[in-house]
Amino acid sequence: MTTIHLASSVGNPTANIAIFLAFVIITLTVVIKVSGNNKSASQFFTGGSSFSGPQNGIAIAGDYLSAASFLGIAGAIAVYGYDGFLYSIGFLVAWLVALLLVAELLRNTGRFTMADVLSFRLKQRPVRTAAAISTLTVSLFYLLAQMAGAGGLVALLLDIEGRTGQSIVIAVVGILMIVYVLIGGMKGTTWVQIIKACLLITGAAVMTLMVLGKVGLNVSDLFGRAQDAISGSADEAVASRDVLAPGAKYGKDTTTKMDFLSLALALVLGTAGLPHVLMRFYTVPTAKEARRSVVWSIGLIGAFYLFTLILGYGAAAFVGPDKILSAAGGENAAAPLLALELGGTVLLGIISAVAFATILAVVAGLAITASASFAHDIYASVIKRNQCSEEDQVRVSRYTVVVLGILGIVLGILANGQNIAFLVALAFAVAASANLPTILYSLFWRRFNTRGALWSMYGGLTATIVLIVFSPAVSGRASSMIPGADFAWFPLANPGLVSIPLAFVLGIVGTLTSRDTGSPEKNAEMEVRSLTGVGAAGAVAH
Amino acid sequence: MSTTEIGSPGTTPDSAEFLAAQASPEFARLRRTLYRFIFPMTAFFLIWYATYVLLGAFAHDFMGTKVWGNLNVGLLLGLLQFVTTFGITGLYVRFADRTLDPQAEIVREHFADGTYAAAAGKVQR
Repeated sequence: MTTIHLASSVGNPTANIAIFLAFVIITLTVVIKVSGNNKSASQFFTGGSSFSGPQNGIAIAGDYLSAASFLGIAGAIAVYGYDGFLYSIGFLVAWLVALLLVAELLRNTGRFTMADVLSFRLKQRPVRTAAAISTLTVSLFYLLAQMAGAGGLVALLLDIEGRTGQSIVIAVVGILMIVYVLIGGMKGTTWVQIIKACLLITGAAVMTLMVLGKVGLNVSDLFGRAQDAISGSADEAVASRDVLAPGAKYGKDTTTKMDFLSLALALVLGTAGLPHVLMRFYTVPTAKEARRSVVWSIGLIGAFYLFTLILGYGAAAFVGPDKILSAAGGENAAAPLLALELGGTVLLGIISAVAFATILAVVAGLAITASASFAHDIYASVIKRNQCSEEDQVRVSRYTVVVLGILGIVLGILANGQNIAFLVALAFAVAASANLPTILYSLFWRRFNTRGALWSMYGGLTATIVLIVFSPAVSGRASSMIPGADFAWFPLANPGLVSIPLAFVLGIVGTLTSRDTGSPEKNAEMEVRSLTGVGAAGAVAH
Repeated sequence: MSTTEIGSPGTTPDSAEFLAAQASPEFARLRRTLYRFIFPMTAFFLIWYATYVLLGAFAHDFMGTKVWGNLNVGLLLGLLQFVTTFGITGLYVRFADRTLDPQAEIVREHFADGTYAAAAGKVQR
């Protein structure tokens, strides 16, 4: 199990690159064709709100099913079994929060960004600033995860072992992202996501059928073979795992169990606070279409996670844990290695190109969200006090995309090699702590005021970041970001268990200690608008 | 799908109308209907998810109990989470299409026909 063995087993790097290049060329053509006029802010930021519910639902699935879902979860199931499956359940159930509590009300109230809703009846400038800072933070964490994933994938597929080679590929992904967003705006980005979602889900479905075919549609047999393969591992720690029951990853002691609870909380409450998911609800004309979007995305995402369950156990059974763990890219390599096992070089090439496309589409979605937030919330509303044209907003947003792309490249190179599902979980923790409490309070609690929002957002954000910095994820362990140092005093790798309740409480305390009870007129307007859609911006002619 | 939505520029109601609408019985009914569905449903799926997660963290033996072949309680409960998620989605869509949308439509009509403008004490347009 050495790199020599691996080099002969990664398929044909030239074919992998060719298939990926084909994807880039096709999507770029589509992006150029559909983008047309991107001068107005609503065209650039929301594609003129002209997408239908099903289209947006597929795009949401494309946005959400990131490299973490495909590579990270399949890999975690292949190596840890059941505990990897738990990731996917949190990711799916979370959509009910978005469906029942957030999507439609948000669509009815806002226009471009999450801050539109949060600042609707509160003091514009401070609340917008806070919302934009938290949007940028979540987007950056998420971006980091995707970029790091690109590095691992390249290591496996192109057999690029050196840091330098991987760094160059991360840079290429960053540059392509900038190009997509600058040319395509939200409309082009959405189409990239739709194409990618179709490819990814079809690819996963085909592989699932092949795995099921190998075991004669007997799922119980597949589970048994996966367990046998794990038990036969040369690594004793791996061989002792029961991969069909929970506990292989998080069951060791009380700390790991708490870590698991923390993760579960962050996953289920994070989705409805992810700015790039929230922004997608503005690309449809009405609340009813927003509802249909979520229904489509729940269907597609749920089906996809059922596929990953089969793929993960399939990788354990047919590739084997030792081969996966010794591959460049580690557990993230499980899905590509399974593709090679099932369909040879061609399927591997297709699946890896799809995985690349996944990273590319997700980073493009993140970039447009973060740049819209900076241009619309910080530049236009806070710095220019709404005294700037829409063209100006779009121009600033374009500059921001370039800056973000460069930042993403640099940080992605630094984070190369981290487990991407874990990095995404951190982004979810920030979203659940800094964003969700304020979103829910401002939609459902009439007394909620500016101080409550600021305390909750800044408090949640600060708590999450501080706890992450002083957690074993950053220092103190061999698997940490900085393995050489040890300044970790917070025992959990995921801060959600502390930071999310804290942010909810801070929102209440901040609100009640302030005498500000808001304006009854603004409260009435927001409540009536959010529930009925009166006065909401609809689709624009194009 | 139509692209002419209510609230195109020029017809945005003023704050007196919003206050009148908020105070109206049909809006109170809409809000009550919505809240009576979404809050209990949210409580239900969060508690069900929490139960599942807590079992996953602290009841390994129970979750590992074989039910059929290699399929155990843990995998079964996990798959049930998928079933309930799809189920709740279906229930909500049916509820929203049949109950919620018509009630919201009444409020929107009252904006359009000037009911709230009149209630707010303004001359009808």
